[in-house]
Amino acid sequence: MSEFVFLYRGGERPNGSPEQMQQQMQKWMGWMKELADKGLIKDPGHPLERTGKLVTGKQKTVTDGPFAEAKDIIGGYTLVQARDISHAVELSFGCPIFDVGGVVEVRPVMQMG
Amino acid sequence: MVAALTRLFGVHNLALAEDVVQDAFCRALEVWRFRGVPDNPSAWLMTTAKNRAIDLLRRERTARTFAPELGRLLESEWTLVPMVEELLGPSAVKDDLLRMMFSCCHPRLTEDAQVALVLHILCGFSVAEVAGAFLSTEVATAKRISRAKKVLGKSRRLFDLAEADVAARLSAVQRALYLLFNEGYHGASPESAVRVELCGEALRLVTLLVDHPSTGTAATQALAAVMCLHAARLPARVDASGNLSSLYDQDRSRWDFGLVAEGQRLLELSARGSELTEYHLEAAIAALHAEASRPEDTNWRQIVALYDRLLDVRPSPVVALNRAIAVAQHEGPERGLEEIRAIASLNRLASYPFYAAALGELELRCGRAAVAGEHFQTAIALSRNAMERRFFERRLALCCGESVKP
Repeated sequence: MSEFVFLYRGGERPNGSPEQMQQQMQKWMGWMKELADKGLIKDPGHPLERTGKLVTGKQKTVTDGPFAEAKDIIGGYTLVQARDISHAVELSFGCPIFDVGGVVEVRPVMQMG
Repeated sequence: MVAALTRLFGVHNLALAEDVVQDAFCRALEVWRFRGVPDNPSAWLMTTAKNRAIDLLRRERTARTFAPELGRLLESEWTLVPMVEELLGPSAVKDDLLRMMFSCCHPRLTEDAQVALVLHILCGFSVAEVAGAFLSTEVATAKRISRAKKVLGKSRRLFDLAEADVAARLSAVQRALYLLFNEGYHGASPESAVRVELCGEALRLVTLLVDHPSTGTAATQALAAVMCLHAARLPARVDASGNLSSLYDQDRSRWDFGLVAEGQRLLELSARGSELTEYHLEAAIAALHAEASRPEDTNWRQIVALYDRLLDVRPSPVVALNRAIAVAQHEGPERGLEEIRAIASLNRLASYPFYAAALGELELRCGRAAVAGEHFQTAIALSRNAMERRFFERRLALCCGESVKP
């Protein structure tokens, strides 16, 4: 088994009636629970604020950021384990972010040795 | 929470208060989906809302005016945080609910608009749910609410119970709470016909009204009595399988007799003085039901007499329907059907499933199973949630002589 990171990009922010929002949340929790029950979640991760700071260069210039396009902004991450990248990709299929136009970027964690 | 924040921000910033609450809710859901729901979700939400409120006040205090009476205290960094803590603390929130309730009942709004506002802002009803409570359409209700919010936005501060004339607004507040309770007890929501939380909220709010000297009038006590007496039946209203159980079928041993006693106590209190409101009459009817240990022991004659008076005070097709049903109990189903046919503005009941069901029930008792069956089919088609539908399906099965599925 190897480790992979799911980076959640874009997707509509939660809105709509409280019931709809709660439904969305429950879909996420359901999906994560499924993976957790199979022992595939190494770290459920966290949501991230949409804005922050960018520190660049030797001068350590600090600017506000990241002001990427909304669809690219990373909203959170989760650390999973899977047999290989195809398996990891398959695991991502249940993510509710696809219902709201988002993207899951699947990246292998670099292994030692 | 919206009420407390509105006190902090001022009534003209109601939209801002709603945004803060909405925002806190969104953030909560985003975090909880990764880390799970915390043990005390409402405390979490409150803390989040508080922090956003503080941030907002700091950022915006030069650009906007907030609550006029709090002015100086919000400007200074020394007092800002303690002020927010105090205003969003548990005891303050209680008073703010009352203030908010009364603020919503603005004299320039129609009573229906006032009620819609209370249901929407204070009780968190969606537009669809408010529409259901009024037997009105979503479009009309949305317009009514947005116009009402504009009127509300023009006032500068929340209604102050100590200063102003409460009597004028009190009846609208009472009606709003009545409708809230009703929606929980006998509602039109697609999730469920019975939502105990709404009844609980209405009871909680009416208790605030009863306890406060300016608002604890005889009518308020009578309203509280109605709620207690109906709420007492809630444990039996939904049976063990999650099915709706009518007054005639309920296992009365499951009624909450503490609540019955409380309702009777409040009814007695409300009977001092000469005021006789619709709430008095409804409470008296509910008390008569509560006193009967079996449906056949119910004093139907008295109940019909009370309904006669209720119809004078609050003429409505639903009251007339309930009266007709009581007449049927007292004088037989044919008489009940006569009374139903004589109801004024009967057309307003056309989409009310329990009207069709009442016809079905009475036709069945007259021995006309086929006709009854048609009425129950109509009721099924009009039912607004699974619970209602199953209830009517069981009655339909009786018409066709099928055994009733458990």
